[in-house]
Amino acid sequence: MADRPHRPAAPPQSSLSAADPATAAGWVDAPPRMGFFTDTSVCIGCKACEVACKEWNGVPTSGLDLLGMSYDNTGALTANSWRHVAFVEQPRPAGHGTASFAGNPTGDSASAASAARSAGTAKPTGTEPGVLAGEPQAAARTTEFLGMPAAGPPGRTGSAEGRSDFRWLMMSDVCKHCTRAGCLDVCPTGALFRTEFGTVVVQEDICNGCGYCVSACPYGVIDRRVDDGRVWKCTLCYDRIGAGLTPACAQACPTESIQYGPLDELRERAAERVATLRERGEPQARLYGHDPHDGVGGDGAFFLLLDEPEVYGLPPDPQVTTRDLPAMWRRAGLAALAMTAVAVGAFLGGRR
Amino acid sequence: MANADVIVIQGSNMAEAHPVGFQWVMEAKRRGAKVFHVDPRFTRTSAVADAYLPIRAGTDIALLGAVVNYILSNELDFREYVLAYTNAATIVSDDFVDAEDADGLFSGFDPATASYVQDSWQYAGHERDSGSGHTARERETAAGLRHESHGAPISRQVQRDETLQHPRCVYQILKRHFARYTPEMVERVCGVPREKFLELARAWTENSGRERTGCLIYSVGWTQHTVGVQYIRTGAIIQLLLGNMGRPGGGVLALRGHASIQGSTDIPTLFNLLPGYLPMPHHARHPDFDAWVDSIRHPGQKGFWGGARAYAASLLKAYWGDAATPDNDFCYGHLPRLTGDHGTYQQVLNMIDGKVKGYFLLGQNPAVGSAHGRAQRLGMANLDWLVVRDLFMIESATFWQRGPEVATGEIVPERCATEVFFLPAASHVEKEGTFTQTQRLLQWREKAVDPPGDARSELWFFYHLGRRIRAKLAGSTLPRDRALLDLTWGYPTHGRHAEPDAEAVLREINGYDTASGRPLSAFTQARDDGTTAIGCWIYTGVYADGVNQAARRRPGHEQDWVAAEWGWAWPANRRLLYNRASADPQGRPWSERKRYVWWDADAGRWTGRDVPDFEVTKPPSYRPPEGATGPAALAGDDPFIMQADGKGWLYAPSGVLDGPLPTHYEPAESPVRNPLYGQQANPTRKMYDHPVNSTNPSPPQQHDQVFPYVFTVSRLTEHHTAGGMSRTVAPLAELQPEMFVEVSPELAALVGLTHLGWAHLISARAAIEARVLVTDRLVPLAVDGRVIHQVWLPYHFGFEGLVTGDSANDLFGITLDPNVLIQESKIGTCDVRPGRRPTGAALRELVQDYRTRAGIVPGVLPPAVTPGVPVEPPGSTGDGEGNP
Repeated sequence: MADRPHRPAAPPQSSLSAADPATAAGWVDAPPRMGFFTDTSVCIGCKACEVACKEWNGVPTSGLDLLGMSYDNTGALTANSWRHVAFVEQPRPAGHGTASFAGNPTGDSASAASAARSAGTAKPTGTEPGVLAGEPQAAARTTEFLGMPAAGPPGRTGSAEGRSDFRWLMMSDVCKHCTRAGCLDVCPTGALFRTEFGTVVVQEDICNGCGYCVSACPYGVIDRRVDDGRVWKCTLCYDRIGAGLTPACAQACPTESIQYGPLDELRERAAERVATLRERGEPQARLYGHDPHDGVGGDGAFFLLLDEPEVYGLPPDPQVTTRDLPAMWRRAGLAALAMTAVAVGAFLGGRR
Repeated sequence: MANADVIVIQGSNMAEAHPVGFQWVMEAKRRGAKVFHVDPRFTRTSAVADAYLPIRAGTDIALLGAVVNYILSNELDFREYVLAYTNAATIVSDDFVDAEDADGLFSGFDPATASYVQDSWQYAGHERDSGSGHTARERETAAGLRHESHGAPISRQVQRDETLQHPRCVYQILKRHFARYTPEMVERVCGVPREKFLELARAWTENSGRERTGCLIYSVGWTQHTVGVQYIRTGAIIQLLLGNMGRPGGGVLALRGHASIQGSTDIPTLFNLLPGYLPMPHHARHPDFDAWVDSIRHPGQKGFWGGARAYAASLLKAYWGDAATPDNDFCYGHLPRLTGDHGTYQQVLNMIDGKVKGYFLLGQNPAVGSAHGRAQRLGMANLDWLVVRDLFMIESATFWQRGPEVATGEIVPERCATEVFFLPAASHVEKEGTFTQTQRLLQWREKAVDPPGDARSELWFFYHLGRRIRAKLAGSTLPRDRALLDLTWGYPTHGRHAEPDAEAVLREINGYDTASGRPLSAFTQARDDGTTAIGCWIYTGVYADGVNQAARRRPGHEQDWVAAEWGWAWPANRRLLYNRASADPQGRPWSERKRYVWWDADAGRWTGRDVPDFEVTKPPSYRPPEGATGPAALAGDDPFIMQADGKGWLYAPSGVLDGPLPTHYEPAESPVRNPLYGQQANPTRKMYDHPVNSTNPSPPQQHDQVFPYVFTVSRLTEHHTAGGMSRTVAPLAELQPEMFVEVSPELAALVGLTHLGWAHLISARAAIEARVLVTDRLVPLAVDGRVIHQVWLPYHFGFEGLVTGDSANDLFGITLDPNVLIQESKIGTCDVRPGRRPTGAALRELVQDYRTRAGIVPGVLPPAVTPGVPVEPPGSTGDGEGNP
């Protein structure tokens, strides 16, 4: 098995400086870095990705709870949902020839995206803190705005003529498999590791449930399962890709919204797609997580979005949470040195 | 579909209900096609379409008719195609009176039976020899359905005016018929603003013709109406006028509801059809084999139904083997006969009346999935026995114990006499066989795992049921038992449970030479002398050369885009029907861009990317000799080879029971008075005046305001039909965990509904409750100076499974389309109120209160003809039974 990628016993380097994360992690002859390109412009919100993921990976149910967040009853990426299709109803033009509801006798918008509330759900979701759920008493026309900066408060933007523009965005979210992965940096047990494909995977037989990684993830992806305390997330189907198969979600996607392949190739394809969409009148089309120079060194799973990332519930400028660790250590070291110097100085001075 | 330049999706939520097929819409879009979605509500299909048109449910003919008018009044039809390939030039009888001139009724209406005598609809000079005549009985047996593939009979020679100027030529009649269907009328009737309509009409016409093609897609959003067949006719008229039939990227695509629904029409589970669209014989009309066969092939008629005698004889030979001989009419006497309406709704009413003793339910959950759920459950509660074969314990197996009628006291479990036998069924991954999909493609499926426990395949069930019944009857001398005892039932079996060999069944469906047993390779080899046996003649070729052609899996990248070696399509592995029309009358491709099938003069044969849908050596210049019949009577430029005149029918002189041209009628339940005609609803719609059935009043009836809102139902991606295969499975159930109703913010404010709160909906049949989703995706419509509110419900929910809820189909009554006896279950009227519904006896009291206020009397239905509409007595002297 000499030609298989392998990792010598040498200690893995920190991911902080990794250009090719697998090599940086100590893999020799690593295959090309693999990832997802999720093109939300062709997503039809069928959720086949969610179901295929649960089926293949044996992920337990995340609760039978009507959330009232458009057609999203999954709510978020959690330990029990490794793919999550977000649905965003927006009173905005969609590049259609005519606004969808132009000429109809409409009033103000009451976008169901605004139905997300901070109340906890009564039903168990198997994860903590669980998914935000709707509350039955919420009045239809007085929805509260959660503060997504780009969208503006839904229901408050309708003009006097009523709502006419409308679009419905859908996006299948997933673990980003960051180049500089905060979860990996903070894991004290080595349960989280960098695979030869450059992905980040939890080994459930090693994880001790300390939860450091949960707060280290800039996207809020990795999550603890209530009944066993360990963390769970997308493995990019490590077992499948190792055998030359496509991850379950990408395999199930009927419109090729989820594309799997070597990251370099996907990035090229994505750039072309953005150009085509802009040409066809989608000026808002943009890539997210594709840039190796961003705060996490680029994502292994990146996206084509049709609006600001915040609209989809994504952080606009994610930073690896361990970014400042070296500086902090340096400063802590300097401070220690300085204090030592002061202390020594004090003693020296005392002798005088 | 991927080759289309424009795609119009109407009456279908394709992205949600057919997500796998929808990949080709996305592919066409990727290549630059414009996608339009017309629907009462903004769905996941609308979300990725280029343009969305909100429409009032049940008004599609008004919109499509306006597209026809737009084409004709701007002369945007593909004239060369229309002249050569349609009946536009044919002259129609002087006796014909259009619905435009008679307030919504065509000539020939018989008020006694509320049906048409079609003599006056015929082509000029053929008023009496059409053989169609009175249609009352055709409606009883849904005989219109058989014209789906037959083509109705017409005489050979017709008068034509190639200049299309004759006032009674089809083109001019069509033009007059739709002249009032203007963009302004679309706005008045459909609630679609005229600018949006014009955007659609422009895109459709600009993307059709010699260089470009457009594709029309519909599904049950069109069919499940009292005028559903005419919706599809209107779509077909547009596609013929624009030259989009028989060409790549064109066509009218009927999306089938789920895996192999197409297959269960081809080899039917319908009461009035036999395999390969051979009609079920009628006891009075078809006393012997010859009478039956002649009613199919119409001796002297053009087209491929001329071979019907061979198809029919071969079918009977497949059924009864050696017992079937030419001397005994191939055991024709063994075939069951129709005596009238044996449709599913008539059966349910018969159950309630105690006329049906036993019932088999396979792959069906009528307690949730059929219209008027209460009638379904009351009917099943009045049987002696009921066999339910399903994957899960569905509502139709437990209604007697846990159904809503138990809560209201209408069904008492201790006294319900129906003995229910629940037999677990094998799922599609636990058995082998074929699926036939929307595009007539048969794909073989291997068995992946053994079914668990006692679960068995359908094939196993019927084979062993037949085997046991035959064993019990063995030695019987009663003539009535011969039909069972003479059946060929020698299928090889294998395994521990004696599973019949599915490939052996496929081989019989394909057909074989009775002497040698050699599989046939084409239906043209069928014989009427007993030397061939064919289970379904249109499938002949699927087992050609003894090879399972449906199991072919050559990857797309190893063949051209037509992919002829993936699976097998009926007929003759032809991927695109009527593809002769992809070439011009001289046999040349209409354009390089849309090249598909063409005449190769040097080789003297049709060739191209697909199997030509034409006699392969008949040149475009061929003209039939005087007196020719069958295929030989088709000219070299008659592409619609199943039609009696080889032409696409813009005007249907027979075959459609409710009019030769589509006409806008309001649904059986509508809050709107028909703005186009005095006649409110389809005058020939099939109604059942049974005490359990009722219809909400519509204008001009009184009390229509008792049910002021329109509701429509359909599917979610996350669930499967009546929910038996999805509400029972956690990864699916959790994605849509509760019954809900979608309402616009305007209606929510009007009625006082709150997001995620409860609402209940009331019709004359039932009251159901649902959680409320207030969403911008639903809008009120401005219709004729009024605001019409529509609400939407998923119909997946019932009282069994991991997630439960009230059934939307409980709200519907039973009113059917006259052509195919499909129920109107895409639109009804209701009231919407905040909060949960009452329970127990109070629930029926609430419904009764509404019925009283609406003036509903049990068993009394609205009149077929709207009062005030003048009825001219029919010109024919038929006897009401179809005999002249």
